[in-house]
Amino acid sequence: MKKLSILLAVVFALTLVGCNKQKAEVAAPAEEKPMEVVKTSVVMVTDVGGVNDQSFNQSAWEGLQKAQKDLDINVSYKESKQNADYMPNMESVLDDGNDLIWGIGFMMADAILEAAQNNPDQYYAIIDNAYEDTPSNLVGVVFEAEQASYLVGYIAGRMTQTGKVGFIGGIKFFLIEEFEYGFKAGVKQAGADIEVFTQYAESFTDAAKGKSIANSMYQQGADIIFHAAGGVGNGLIEAAKEQGKWAIGVDRDQNDLAPDNVLTSAMKRVDNGIYNLSKELAEGNFPGGTTVAYGLAEGGVGIAPTSSKHVPADILAEVEMLEKKIIAGEFVVPNTADTLAAYKVVDLK
Amino acid sequence: MKNPLKNSALGITLISILLGLFVGALILLFIGYNPIEAYSVMLNGIFGSVRYLSWTIIYATPIILTGLSVAFAFKTGLFNIGAEGQYIVGALTAALVGYYVPMPTLLHIPFVLICSITAGSLWGSIAGYLKARFGVNEVISTIMLNWIALYLNNFFVLNEKIKRPGSEATNKILDSAKIIFFDVWKKSPDGQAFRKAHPFFNDIFRTPANAGFLIAILAAVLVLLILNKTTLGYSLKAVGFNKDAAEFGGINIKSSMISSMAIAGGLSGLAGAVQVTGFTREASALAAMEGYGFEGISVALIGANNPIGCVLAGLFYGALKYGGSKIQPRIGAPYEIISIIMGTIVLFIAMPKLIRMMKITKKKEAE
Amino acid sequence: MNNYDFDQIAVEMKGITQKFGSLVANDNIDLTVHKGEVHALLGENGAGKTTLVNSLYGLYHPTSGDIFINGEKVVMDTPNVAIGHGIGMVHQHFMLIKPFTVVENIILGKETHKHGVLDMERATKEVMELSERYGLTIDPTACIQDITVGMQQRVEILKTLYRGADILILDEPTAVLTPQEILDLIKIINNLTDQGKTIIIITHKLKEIKDVADFCTIIRRGKKIDTVKVADVSESDLASMMVGREVSFKVDKEESEPGDIVLEVNDLHVKDNRDIPAVEGLSLKVRRGEILGIAGVDGNGQNELVDALTGIRKAESGEVLVNGNNILGLNPRGILDHKVSTIPQDRQKRGLVLEYSIAENIIIENYKKAPFSRKGWLNFPAIREYARKLVKEFDVRPDDENYISGSLSGGNQQKVIIAREISNNPDLLIAVQPTRGLDVGAIEYVHKALVAQRDKGKAVLLISLELDEVINVSDRIGVIYEGKIVGEVKAEGADENEIGLMMAGGSNS
Repeated sequence: MKKLSILLAVVFALTLVGCNKQKAEVAAPAEEKPMEVVKTSVVMVTDVGGVNDQSFNQSAWEGLQKAQKDLDINVSYKESKQNADYMPNMESVLDDGNDLIWGIGFMMADAILEAAQNNPDQYYAIIDNAYEDTPSNLVGVVFEAEQASYLVGYIAGRMTQTGKVGFIGGIKFFLIEEFEYGFKAGVKQAGADIEVFTQYAESFTDAAKGKSIANSMYQQGADIIFHAAGGVGNGLIEAAKEQGKWAIGVDRDQNDLAPDNVLTSAMKRVDNGIYNLSKELAEGNFPGGTTVAYGLAEGGVGIAPTSSKHVPADILAEVEMLEKKIIAGEFVVPNTADTLAAYKVVDLK
Repeated sequence: MKNPLKNSALGITLISILLGLFVGALILLFIGYNPIEAYSVMLNGIFGSVRYLSWTIIYATPIILTGLSVAFAFKTGLFNIGAEGQYIVGALTAALVGYYVPMPTLLHIPFVLICSITAGSLWGSIAGYLKARFGVNEVISTIMLNWIALYLNNFFVLNEKIKRPGSEATNKILDSAKIIFFDVWKKSPDGQAFRKAHPFFNDIFRTPANAGFLIAILAAVLVLLILNKTTLGYSLKAVGFNKDAAEFGGINIKSSMISSMAIAGGLSGLAGAVQVTGFTREASALAAMEGYGFEGISVALIGANNPIGCVLAGLFYGALKYGGSKIQPRIGAPYEIISIIMGTIVLFIAMPKLIRMMKITKKKEAE
Repeated sequence: MNNYDFDQIAVEMKGITQKFGSLVANDNIDLTVHKGEVHALLGENGAGKTTLVNSLYGLYHPTSGDIFINGEKVVMDTPNVAIGHGIGMVHQHFMLIKPFTVVENIILGKETHKHGVLDMERATKEVMELSERYGLTIDPTACIQDITVGMQQRVEILKTLYRGADILILDEPTAVLTPQEILDLIKIINNLTDQGKTIIIITHKLKEIKDVADFCTIIRRGKKIDTVKVADVSESDLASMMVGREVSFKVDKEESEPGDIVLEVNDLHVKDNRDIPAVEGLSLKVRRGEILGIAGVDGNGQNELVDALTGIRKAESGEVLVNGNNILGLNPRGILDHKVSTIPQDRQKRGLVLEYSIAENIIIENYKKAPFSRKGWLNFPAIREYARKLVKEFDVRPDDENYISGSLSGGNQQKVIIAREISNNPDLLIAVQPTRGLDVGAIEYVHKALVAQRDKGKAVLLISLELDEVINVSDRIGVIYEGKIVGEVKAEGADENEIGLMMAGGSNS
């Protein structure tokens, strides 16, 4: 017994020594790493949706990966699992020595602003938030979602056979309301007497609720429903499939979810936004202290390429005409209740 | 008679932790990452600086408390799946009381904490009452109450009159309600100068280092005392072990169930309060459960339902959560590996028989 | 009997020692069982009988010692090894799946199948063959929950036979059986040995050993005392070997001197769990200084009566007066406060918190009172001191008040309960089946304790299914039948047949 314990002690001591050695070996290159790095490196911190959210976090990561390929920069991401992760995540990516830190989604607005204020030498950028007073090392990137919503609203208004369409929002606040009012303006452009049902699901994840809202709108006679509600929209698309009605997707081209029932999608090209800004950074033109708005003109929003599958060419031609007028600044798409009320139908000729 | 039992429980926990890390390493290896590199990134991310340690403690604090909540209920024969909901109710209460009821600091902090504890207690005792009065299984009722708490939280937070404009959260609590160490001073010119001069403190002050951990330890000691030294703990445990004998001995088992759930709920409510007053400073709308309560179940399991064990297990889990999240950006291995490690550990702890069998075979081989 | 073959040794255990920490449960025990014999293991509760057979069945691994089956040395790692060597065990608490049928239970784990599909027809046939061969009559398609305990035991025996057992271990097989069922069991055991099976039977009932066993090995405090040929010894010889001293079966007591009425029950009605009246207009009186015994067949309202008296169950109507105060409708705490103490029927369910130490169990009715606690804080020194005193006084073994109650033997658990209840100094002591599952030594102790309480001027209500006990201990006997007291006799010189007739519902009152 005694012999055994001595043996054990020796073995244990040896393994300890072994461990230390291994540690030392690993630690050494880690310390050298920052010296090797000469490439620009960009990191993004996701919101609680995570990097595989089928929505803007995923789109953002795709944009970064594209930037990695085209611009030869280092990219990485860090996922947040809980709201409380934003602040520490901001910090630990700061420790990693990145040139630009992205926060994906307005939920991180406070965390990013605080980090930017505390670390004036570090560049930050955020998706979907415009600060009233932006520090010089921070850029807000917003998307003129109302413009894409307007175009799909116009398509909906032109294609409805019942004269009734629907809008399902996620949680009611300004970002989502922009979709609503842009959509309503587009519908108004197509026909003044078309009715728009509006409902907010008070969730971005509850697909079952999305489905039940969609079903009730379809029952009331709507034949095309647009959503700006993240995962809730999956319920809408399912309902459309079951009832043989139209749904309009959001953020990315959602036609793949139901090829015969997703009429079009109001795309918000988070990937393009991320890509463009990262490019500007790599070229040394970081527009710090500003808010960058991506609209139709910049390719930041638009209708899905698959729209031609279901939308007749003549309507698409009209859409294109409207798009040109918006880009040319001939009129401004409403994004609030007041501007919607003041909206006057545009002459298409 | 007692000691070998205790030792073996501790042994099983340690073996389970090693096995969990080992399985994690295997998976890392399998998907093409160097586990030694991953773990050293993690270790460095935990112990690499005072700031990291401070974050680790901040991560550990709420789950120590929810762990205590689950462990307390378990000691008294109840399975509190509802720590999540009680946490939410406590956090919401803290955010509201911390903003709408201005008071001097010395009063405000205890007032906020007591309000949250009360709210969590009430939430927990609903399940206790349903069980005592109607025999509703607390597992079912607490799961339901979690969802009710979540939607109640969203109902309040998203209310136009309550939510902070342009956000999905409540207003930030007043400075007087914060338990963050020197929160105001550390941002003042004086504080900034001090921080410049003392990098060690600067490192700590960069994190919202707060009194939450001390509160959690205090709570653990309190739970230990209640369970082992008081008539209340004596009667609650008796009901937990054998409610027939307790009833026969003149203990009111119905009120015991309610008190037990109320105490467990209070602990989870306190977890929410500590998180809000020490860190987040607000309650936000929740798209899904955040998981503090469920992590508490793991903590209680790893801590063998022992209050001190919960503190250690909470620190361990917190360290893994914080340090583990650094693996992804550094070497690209998915963060999910942490969940796999935790899951594996809990699984092994839940099957002590397997480990005992392994021990026996080892013994035989040694012989 | 006398089927054994001295030339063939079925089981030989040599020098078995089993330690649990510092506790030596078996100390160098030898056991030799010949093929075809019925070998009884006799010993008090906690003597180490069950530990010994658990080693044989592969549930425990002895610290030292060897086991030989039919002359071959076997290391019993798991029960599967034991089963493989033809050993079968019927536990005291049956291991049956209640909603399954008899056949399903018997074949469980060794199912017959045809191309992966359960072949119930063949299984039933095989089981019936076994049952006929050994005279174990059963209904193969009945569900376990619908058959009697005696039948369930047959199913357990058949289960072992179905697995090819030649050596059967029966752990306390008669503890749960009615007298008639015990007779049937003895017949079955004889059938089994006729067919060459070897039986090891654990018991502490001397009469059964005389009835059924060929040899008997007596174990006391972990040590083997002797192996005797049963035919050569008397019951009292066995008893004194088991206990280590002379044991008297008679309860010595003086004539009772009844005083004031302590308990008066008038026209009590109580319903059972299924909402069917169980106690229907029961009335009785117990005076200071007397023991009223309630005799009756199980299921005639005894349980519901006790539940109502102790506040566990609500009564429908009636009156229960203790010292003139109505206690009906009070909760258990309130009834305790009226100086009523109860030794419950099921010591593990109602009597003790098994996870608690002896000391913690002793204060369960008084933990809120001084000196055990003050302002909500427990006073452990006072609790331990008090418990230590009771442990000494009531001779609880081991005499360690910090010992976990669940690890005590049944008799010692009962002593803890009796110590607790008697130390409450009650006016009324209710004892329900106080000797169930206890050995002779412990039974003697309990009976003496009850009589001592009577002599101190307490009123004692004894409710027992064992008629012998009721007659021996009580001063007066009330017979309960269908929820009513149907007759009352003086215990002194009571006629067992007369009482038996009343218990069965025959009119005599």
